[in-house]
Amino acid sequence: MIAIKDLSVKYQSNNKETLALDKVNININSGDIYTFIGPSGCGKSTLLYVLSGILKDYMGSVSIDDRAINPKTQRIGLILQNYGLLPWKNVYQNTMLGIKIKNDNQELDEYSSYILKQLGIDTLLDRYPKELSGGQQQRVAIARAFILKPDLLLMDEPFSALDAITREEMQELFLNIWKQNSVTTVFITHSVDEALYLGSKIAVFSPSPGRIVEVLDNPCFKQDNLRFRDEYSSMSMKLRKMLRD
Amino acid sequence: MIPKEKWQGTLYSFIVVVVLWWAVSWLLKLPIVPSPFSVFANISEIFTARIQIHVIYSLGRILAGIAISILIGVPLGYFMGYFDRVDKILSPLVYFTYPVPKLALLPVVMLLFGLGEASKLIMIVLIIVFQIVITSRDAVKAIPEETFRSLQALGASKLQMFNEIIFPASLSEVLTATRLALGTAVSILFFTETFGTEYGMGYFIMDSWMRVNYLDMYAGIVVLSFMGFCIFIAIDIAESYVCKWR
Repeated sequence: MIAIKDLSVKYQSNNKETLALDKVNININSGDIYTFIGPSGCGKSTLLYVLSGILKDYMGSVSIDDRAINPKTQRIGLILQNYGLLPWKNVYQNTMLGIKIKNDNQELDEYSSYILKQLGIDTLLDRYPKELSGGQQQRVAIARAFILKPDLLLMDEPFSALDAITREEMQELFLNIWKQNSVTTVFITHSVDEALYLGSKIAVFSPSPGRIVEVLDNPCFKQDNLRFRDEYSSMSMKLRKMLRD
Repeated sequence: MIPKEKWQGTLYSFIVVVVLWWAVSWLLKLPIVPSPFSVFANISEIFTARIQIHVIYSLGRILAGIAISILIGVPLGYFMGYFDRVDKILSPLVYFTYPVPKLALLPVVMLLFGLGEASKLIMIVLIIVFQIVITSRDAVKAIPEETFRSLQALGASKLQMFNEIIFPASLSEVLTATRLALGTAVSILFFTETFGTEYGMGYFIMDSWMRVNYLDMYAGIVVLSFMGFCIFIAIDIAESYVCKWR
């Protein structure tokens, strides 16, 4: 379980202090996927940087399974909007980067070949990122995160740079792989639709400074033909209303 | 390897230069501008017997000068680019000393290090190391913050950051700086070889001039240029090989 208690983050810019997160409290159950939704600039990404151990200057406490966050000992997969691939590494080297840093065996074992195949990038292994489309690059980033077998998977609007059709395709693909390897996941989005489709729980953020307004159970999660169901439209209405207020 | 267009471009430029040179020599009809063809004939005649040894000396000095400059300049530039505190201390020093005409320090260097190889190398290094320091520093600074994010989340060590990001990201710029430094290094080499040595292309050219042997002098100039050109191409090939991803 990830326990976040009274987490506040301040930014120092131009001698002015800006409060990015204001006393955020949430417990994230292991093996669940939480979507965090809120207006842009509400500090969602800041929260992610705290969880990934990149941002260390915060108040309050954050722990994963009762241990403080430490990227050196924990396995944290991070998937960013701009994919975070290294342009000088080909697809294979990029997908293996996570376990390389963790000093694992870097051979293409059954599990990693399976992930690469599932994501449809097993035929692109010697290409470089610039030779790939946005969707393909994001598949590589997802493959890297899953091959790492992370304790915690963090995703910062990973699909928002993709076109609408590719985005839905990727959401489905991601959910499929996720169902087979239920990693604790925090998924940040500004799309109501995406939050409903991917989150078993939905945390709604207030505008800046970010506070969690409410954590909702999502009845739509893991439902087939989701977008045609009544629950979907009523949840969607509810969320939109909360975000407006 | 080098693509076909590049070879064609090189051949084309060579022909243009030779034709212009020939036209000037034909118009002037002076011994100070001999025809390119007699110069080429002269090279093939005297190269093994009289030029070869000078080429070896000059090549050795150039390569050593560049190698030392890279060994000093690149790590220094990386440190300045990666650690803001180092940059704050060293940048003003670099900026302050960069515009000092280092060639003017030649008498000092010669007094301190003698007339031998050491002062020749020191002159080359003194002049080109700055370009390499500044380029390496800027190359590291230009790496976007986000590039480091995924590795930070993986808990990568400083050494891993260096191996996976800093080195590969800056390699191409460092090679470009080396290529630019090469042109400068050849000029300095020529200058420093005009004294205190009896070997090197600079010596050969100046000696031929003193002996009023213009054919030999031109042979020296052509060989020295060709030598620079070869190193230039070698760096090009190295770059296309190590920076395939671009």
